[in-house]
Amino acid sequence: MSSDTRIEKRFADLKQQGRAALVTFITAGDPDYDTSLAILRALPGAGADVIELGMPFTDPMADGPAIQASSLRALHAGQNMIKTLRMVTEFRAQDDTTPIVLMGYYNPIYIYGVEHFLDDAKKAGVDGLIVVDLPPEEDHELCIPALDAGLNFIRLATPTTDDKRLPKVLTNTSGFVYYVSVTGITGSKAPDISRVTEAVGRIKRHTDLPVAVGFGVKTAEQAAGIAAGADGVVVGSAIVSTVLASLGKDGKATDKTVSSVTALVNDLAAGVRKGSSKA
Amino acid sequence: MTSPAPNSFRTGPDDTGHFGIFGGRFVAETLMPNILELEEAYATARKDPSYAAELDDFLEHYVGRPSPLYFAERLTEHLGGAKIYMKRDELNHTGAHKINNVMGQILLARRMGKSRIIAETGAGQHGVATATACARFGLECIVYMGATDVERQAPNVFRMKLLGAEVVPVTSGRSTLKDAMNEALRDWVSNVENTFYCIGTVAGPHPYPAMVRDFQSIIGEETKRQMQAREGRLPDSLVAAIGGGSNAMGLFHPFLDDKSVEIYGVEAAGKGVTTHEHAASITGGRPGVLHGNRTYLLMDDDGQIEEAHSISAGLDYPGIGPEHSWLHDVGRVNYISATDDEALEAFKLCCKLEGIIPALEPSHALAKVIELASKKPKDHLMVMNMCGRGDKDIFTVAHHLGVKL
Repeated sequence: MSSDTRIEKRFADLKQQGRAALVTFITAGDPDYDTSLAILRALPGAGADVIELGMPFTDPMADGPAIQASSLRALHAGQNMIKTLRMVTEFRAQDDTTPIVLMGYYNPIYIYGVEHFLDDAKKAGVDGLIVVDLPPEEDHELCIPALDAGLNFIRLATPTTDDKRLPKVLTNTSGFVYYVSVTGITGSKAPDISRVTEAVGRIKRHTDLPVAVGFGVKTAEQAAGIAAGADGVVVGSAIVSTVLASLGKDGKATDKTVSSVTALVNDLAAGVRKGSSKA
Repeated sequence: MTSPAPNSFRTGPDDTGHFGIFGGRFVAETLMPNILELEEAYATARKDPSYAAELDDFLEHYVGRPSPLYFAERLTEHLGGAKIYMKRDELNHTGAHKINNVMGQILLARRMGKSRIIAETGAGQHGVATATACARFGLECIVYMGATDVERQAPNVFRMKLLGAEVVPVTSGRSTLKDAMNEALRDWVSNVENTFYCIGTVAGPHPYPAMVRDFQSIIGEETKRQMQAREGRLPDSLVAAIGGGSNAMGLFHPFLDDKSVEIYGVEAAGKGVTTHEHAASITGGRPGVLHGNRTYLLMDDDGQIEEAHSISAGLDYPGIGPEHSWLHDVGRVNYISATDDEALEAFKLCCKLEGIIPALEPSHALAKVIELASKKPKDHLMVMNMCGRGDKDIFTVAHHLGVKL
């Protein structure tokens, strides 16, 4: 492998410290560009180790109501791919170590132009991509070009990914593996911790990559439980729901928006640390 | 964009589900095992004569096939040009072509041991067909329908409920067909073990576009035989309306390699393709990726999907089946469009001259038949697909004509 990406360095560092990573998801531009940038900049200080930045899309087919609504809030506020990449550039001017993974759906990238997108993402300081609707069967679309450009391509493994299919999913996956803890959409039912730990073990028999677990993790307690058996805990819906709860009656950000997100992330980070120490 | 013309237009898709650059399997990993399982189950069923025999039996005795190929004599006289035939798929059980595909998929679901059926619907025709087949086989049926459409299409909602289906109004996004399809995909992701997703058109991830086309191709196969019996030759042209494009693909596919046959697909131009209120994905869109496949879509410069508009709820979709996109790029099929107003005029004319109340979907095809037929010689044989009956649309038409019912 070529020179390590920020994602690889971060997971290696945390492994040495003996704790799991807290991976936080926010939607770029939710509830507006400036507030979203302020949240993004506050995340590392609040305890986020890796940041997933959602590229909003009108039709997020694998997402539950919380992230759907967050995408629409961002789009209504005028977010687009150019602004999302600019947000990463502005973040990078102040933070050169926290990994940023862009997460979303393929169409906005396809329309931006794959080569053009990879160039601009790389220049902005993006470290990896998660594109929900690109299974390994479509690897030539974006995965291979992204790897060639030096970006990590992080794939989702799910409870339906059996031992026969797992090697196909892991081929060309880099950075980390995102294990979807439930067969469902984001923000759905809570994962069963013992099953998750078992599934992480199964994936680890097939790969040396770190395994982060997400979908349905909402509380510090759940995060602690997951952190005990995985290399990372992903929280998304709970964070964007906190953004929603902080908004004023007019749907606009208030002085509580950034602080209520950082308070939740602080809490989750404590949970991850507590859970990791038990491992 | 042009691709070189292939030797045959009927061999697609390739092994990875692509028609040229279109099609594919753009779905979340959770669904991939299901999609591969479906592909395998369908390939096995296709080779099994007992599956074909079972389907044929239901199509004959339950659906009422073959549907007639009817010579529309008064419309022909009125227009004074081509000899117009109508393929009467509106006479099928449940009143539209949708049931052809549903019977095929439900019989497949039974073979796969799936007990729970989900579907999306716009106007409600596919939902009614799915609810009907599920009632016949005692299967649980959940139909996702945009909240806006639930209101607009109350009679079909009631029909589905009478048939024992649960109708779930979808309020996410903009509450129409596209959002109903998102919600059905979300259900499928959440219930992969026991659930079969019965898609209503030639779109979605591979193998759906090819599978639904195969089930609908009976329309074109019958037409070929019937025209041979009536006129002793092939038709000269085919005209069909396109939303997702299943009735059109069903009529067109058996004729794609008959080079003498001109083929016209009619998209819904709504208030005009130069406005933002239309559903003409090929005429007014560009290639993108949505709902599991690459195809022509209505979207903005950021790749965000735009809402479609048509007087016909069944054509009100911002995409089109990927095989149509390919047939457009290789130039085999001519994609044209008809506005709401043109469709309404054609609707009225058909009622008066032929004693047939057409659905608003085929009224779009009729609108272009009116335009094309008058320019053709009298020995030109034109077939339009009367893919649905208009009973469901009388409230919409009354509203547009300013009549209170």
